[in-house]
Amino acid sequence: MSLFNLRLSEVHDRLHHKDLSVRELVEASAARIAETDGKIGAFLALNEEGALAQASAMDASGAAERGLLYGLPAGIKDNIVTEGLRTTCASRFLANYDPIYDATVVEKLKTAQSVTMGKLNMDEFAMGGSNENSAYQLTRNPWDTDRVPGGSSGGSAASVAAGQVYFSLGSDTGGSIRQPAAYCGIVGLKPTYGLVSRYGLVAFASSLDQIGPLTKNVEDSAYVLQAIAGHDKRDTTSANVEIPDYTASLTGDIKGLRIGVAKEYLGEGIDPQVKARVMEALKTFESLGAVWEEVSLPHTDYAIATYYLLASSEASSNLARFDGVRYGVRAEDPANLLDLYKRSRSEGFGPEVKRRIMLGTYALSSGYYDAYYKKAQQVRTLIKRDFDQAFERFDLIVGPTAPTTAFRIGEQVGDPLTMYLNDICTIPVSLAGVPAISVPCGLADGLPVGLQIIGKPFDESTVLRAAHAFEGMTEFHKLRPAL
Amino acid sequence: MSITAKDVEHVANLARLTLTDEEKEQFTGQLNAILKYAEKLNGLDTTGVEPTSHVLPMSNVMREDAPRSSLPIEKVLRNAPEAEDDQFKVPAVLE
Repeated sequence: MSLFNLRLSEVHDRLHHKDLSVRELVEASAARIAETDGKIGAFLALNEEGALAQASAMDASGAAERGLLYGLPAGIKDNIVTEGLRTTCASRFLANYDPIYDATVVEKLKTAQSVTMGKLNMDEFAMGGSNENSAYQLTRNPWDTDRVPGGSSGGSAASVAAGQVYFSLGSDTGGSIRQPAAYCGIVGLKPTYGLVSRYGLVAFASSLDQIGPLTKNVEDSAYVLQAIAGHDKRDTTSANVEIPDYTASLTGDIKGLRIGVAKEYLGEGIDPQVKARVMEALKTFESLGAVWEEVSLPHTDYAIATYYLLASSEASSNLARFDGVRYGVRAEDPANLLDLYKRSRSEGFGPEVKRRIMLGTYALSSGYYDAYYKKAQQVRTLIKRDFDQAFERFDLIVGPTAPTTAFRIGEQVGDPLTMYLNDICTIPVSLAGVPAISVPCGLADGLPVGLQIIGKPFDESTVLRAAHAFEGMTEFHKLRPAL
Repeated sequence: MSITAKDVEHVANLARLTLTDEEKEQFTGQLNAILKYAEKLNGLDTTGVEPTSHVLPMSNVMREDAPRSSLPIEKVLRNAPEAEDDQFKVPAVLE
């Protein structure tokens, strides 16, 4: 059995009794990566030497006080900056970028004493839902290597699903943690906007971006969230809220919990088998003493248009920093400064990134601002109100994470609008800024289906408690791809 | 509202991008499709609805204006495509 199928408490017990060393954990991770990454393509950069040296040092010092994630091999999405470890955002523009500081979450992982194994593939600048927009390589779904792992945190999800690392970090702007977690049969949590610092996360859409954990089970998700959550002075959008003990919330008791089932997430376009798995999950919640009824989030149908206008507008502004002056790849022999900007950007960005910069620039341009950007911000208010109103009656909202299971590589390339529609169940949640987790809830034709559990702002505890109780009644999270 | 190839060229210039003819044609079609889809927002009456730029109820996060040490120059310039005399170097700005 893989060491990574052990529960975190079991791993720590073994480390404590010296039945296991950190070096053995890191070697197991490195061996699994060497064995499987030729097929999966999750890693863009490896930190094997650094990780082994760190492991040996940890074993030698035998720390009396152990961090929360002591010795656990981890992977980090390539849009989270790591000092001394190349960070490309899967873009040619940053092919040679070596960060000069660590993101706050990376500092926090260091405090928690996990071991970074390397950087994980993604859609370029987190724009996409399949990893097909990476400038470097395809990542393949460990359940079926002809299929996408989802995205944009596809490498983060595939790596955990393939047993290469114990956990990983991803980022979610419109579903980029939850959707790949669903496609790869693992647990992915998008925290409330502001709970986890964005300092050192390369910005895509600043009002939506949020870092979160991808893990094999809910307990691990609670541990990793505990390690990375908290106020950060260096991120002015970081919320100054008290961080509860998330693992203490995993009681298994959800009797009387009121669950609203999002009607619009189970309507047209949802695969019947995905819907069936969600309905079965509701039976499991019932058996645990929770009560559910349908709830309407009436502005769901407007969410995708709203999201693509707002996220692209923010992206067009954020990505203006990539000018070829201070970092990144500069075009050769520029005729003048304007030529330097234009050619560096045009040569460095891939098609999806250019498309979104174009859309955002257009939506923000003189004469169109009110019609597109401001209008979308107003509709965002209506979408947020849908959730506010639902949460007056319910503790949680549930539905599928994605309308289908993982699609085939190449199937949706060239049709950006269809690709965007995959995000119908995750985007409204991002626009409302509330927390949500995706947990495995069964298979459809041999491919994993994700159940999405959505909570009130900063109520990750209830989200995790319900997800954990569900997991305790099911075996889906233990299913592993054959590979 | 429909976008023409000329609009695409104008927006590309604002975004500091140079597009190939093929890209121009592709983006004209794709942006039109996306914006046509976005027109569904016009079906909603948003009169008097406050725009949401941000979900957190906070504004103007202040801190003490206290001096702090900055990054060492060699670190700042580590990723510079071109540097000279401890500065980022770019082509001549003035003719």
